[in-house]
Amino acid sequence: MTTTSVKPGTGDTAASPAGRDPSDRARSEQRLGWMLAGPAFAVMLLVTAYPIVQAVWYSLFDYRLTDPDNISFVGLNNYAVILTDEIWWISFGVTVFITVVTVAVELVLGFALALVMMNALKAIRPVLRAAILIPYAVITVVSAFAWQYAFSLDSGFVNSWFDWVPGVAADTDWFGGTFSSLFVICLAEIWKTTPFISLLLLAGLAQVPDVLQEAARVDGATWWQRMWKVTIPNMKAAIMVALLFRTLDAFRVFDTVFVMTNGANDTETVSFLAYRQTIARVEIGLGSAVSVLLFLSVVVICVGFIKGFKVDLSQARGEK
Amino acid sequence: MSTREKVLWIVAGVAIVVYALFPVGWIVSLSLKSSDDIANGQFLPTALSWENYEQILVGDAAELFLPALRNSFGIVLIATFIACVLSMFAAYAIARLDFSGKKLILSTALAVAIFPVISIVTPLFNLWRQIGLYDTWPGLIIPYLSLTLPLSIWTMSAFFREIPWEMEQAAQVDGATTWQAFRKVIVPLATPGVFTTAIIAFFIAWNDFAYGISLTSTSASRPVPAALGLFSGASQFESPNGPIAAAAVIVTIPVVVLVLIFQRRIVAGLTNGAVKG
Repeated sequence: MTTTSVKPGTGDTAASPAGRDPSDRARSEQRLGWMLAGPAFAVMLLVTAYPIVQAVWYSLFDYRLTDPDNISFVGLNNYAVILTDEIWWISFGVTVFITVVTVAVELVLGFALALVMMNALKAIRPVLRAAILIPYAVITVVSAFAWQYAFSLDSGFVNSWFDWVPGVAADTDWFGGTFSSLFVICLAEIWKTTPFISLLLLAGLAQVPDVLQEAARVDGATWWQRMWKVTIPNMKAAIMVALLFRTLDAFRVFDTVFVMTNGANDTETVSFLAYRQTIARVEIGLGSAVSVLLFLSVVVICVGFIKGFKVDLSQARGEK
Repeated sequence: MSTREKVLWIVAGVAIVVYALFPVGWIVSLSLKSSDDIANGQFLPTALSWENYEQILVGDAAELFLPALRNSFGIVLIATFIACVLSMFAAYAIARLDFSGKKLILSTALAVAIFPVISIVTPLFNLWRQIGLYDTWPGLIIPYLSLTLPLSIWTMSAFFREIPWEMEQAAQVDGATTWQAFRKVIVPLATPGVFTTAIIAFFIAWNDFAYGISLTSTSASRPVPAALGLFSGASQFESPNGPIAAAAVIVTIPVVVLVLIFQRRIVAGLTNGAVKG
C-alpha cells in the first residue's frame, strides 16, 4: 500500500526510457532507489557491521565484565592465548568434523529425496512436499530434544530397539563419550537440515532440460550414465549453492550442542566456545577474539567456495 | 511407468514421510507419557496421560513457559513485520528501478546472512547492558532483523523480478489510472511474494536460539527456544523430559500448521522459483 505513494514517478521512468531528459530521470531514479532501499541497507549495517567492528575492538583488550575497572590494552595477545590453547583446536576440530559429516550425508540423502520427489506420482507429491517441510519448520531446539530423548538412558527407546546391533546395549550411554555424542548431534542436524538441501536440489533437477535426457536415452545411455553425464553437470549451480549455504550453516552449529551435551566430553563447537567465553564467563576480550576468529573462518569458507566454484566452472567448460 | 516402478516410487515416498515425521511422532508420544511411563524404553506410552501438558499450561512450569510463549509470538511477529516492510521497499527498488547500489545491497544482504550469529551476540551482549536493552523486547527485535532482513530482501526481490511490470502500463493504456493500474495489477501479483517471505522470515526468527539465550535473563523477554534450552536446569521435577516434550509439541504446532497450509508457497519462496505471472 505504502509503495503506491512513490509509484507515479517510477511508472513514468519505466514507461519511457527514451524520454526527453534522460540524465535528470536517471538521477531521480537513483535517488528514489536509495530512498526505498536505504532503510533496509542501513538497518543491516547497523545490526551487523557495528557489532563486528566492536568485537574486533574489544578483542584487543583484556576485559572481564566482573572486573570492569581493569580494562587494559593487550594487542593481539588474546588471539595468541586462544590459538595456542588446546581448547580452541578441539572445538575447531569438532566443528569441522560436524560440518564435513553432516554436509556429506545431507548432500547424498538430499539428492535421493529430491529424486524421489521429482519422480513420485503426481498424487503423492503434495504429501511429500508437506512432509519434507516439517523438519525444516520444527525449531532446532525441539529437534535436538527429540533426538536427545530418543537416545538418552532415562527416556529413550533407541537402546531397546537397537540392542541387536553390536556395541549397543540396554545401558549404552550415548552422551558419555565424544564420538557417540557427536554421532547423535550429527543425526539431529542431518534430520533437521536435509529438507533444505533437497528442496534446492529439486529446484536444480527441475531445470535440467528434458530434451537432453531424452537425447541421452535415445543414444542408449544407462540410468547411471545419464545421472553423471547429463543431470549432475547441468545442476552444478544448484549443487554449489546448496553446498555453500549448508556448509556455512553447519559451521555455525550451536543450538543442538547446547541442548544435547552443553559442550561436555569435548563436543564444544566454535560457536559454543564463543558463547561460553562471553556470556557464561563474561570474558569479553577473549570471547570477542573467538567471535572474530569464527567470523574469519566463515569468510574463508565462503571465499574458498567461490574460488573453488570458479575453478569447477572452467573445468566443466574445458571438458566440453 | 510400469506397476513395479510405481510401487517402488510409492515405497520411497512412504520412506520419506516416515523419515520426516518420525522424530515429531516420537516427541508427541513422549509428551503423552506419564512420569512413571517416561522410562519404559518404548516408543509409545502404555497409557495416554495429559499430566505434562497440565504442568506446562497450568501447573508448576506454566510461569516459565507461558510468558516465553507470549514473548516469542510478540517479538517474532514484530521483527517479521518490520523486516517485511523494509524489504518490500528495497525489493521494489531492486526489481523496478535502475540505480547503482543494487549489487551492493544484495551482496550486503548475503554477507549479513552468512554472519555467525554468535559473533554478533558477543558485542551486543555488552552494548545492550550498557544502554539498557538487555532483556527487553527491542533488545531481541533489533538483532532478529539481522536474521530476517537479508533473507526477506533476497526472497522478495526474486519474487518481484518475476512480476511482469509492463502489464501495469498495458492497463493504463486500456484507460486505468496509475493508481488503479498499480492496485489492480501489481498489488495482487506482489502479495503472494510478500506473504511467502513473511512466513519464511517468521520461521527463521521463531527458530532463533543464540540471541534468545544470550540477550535475555528473565521471563520479561526470554523466547520459547531459549526457555526450553534452560528448562532442565531451572525446574525441580524429577524428570523434566515430559514437560519439555509437551512444550516442544506446543511450539511446533503453529509452524506445522503454517507448513501444511502454505507448503506450495514456502517451497517456491525457498527455492526462489516464483512462478511467472
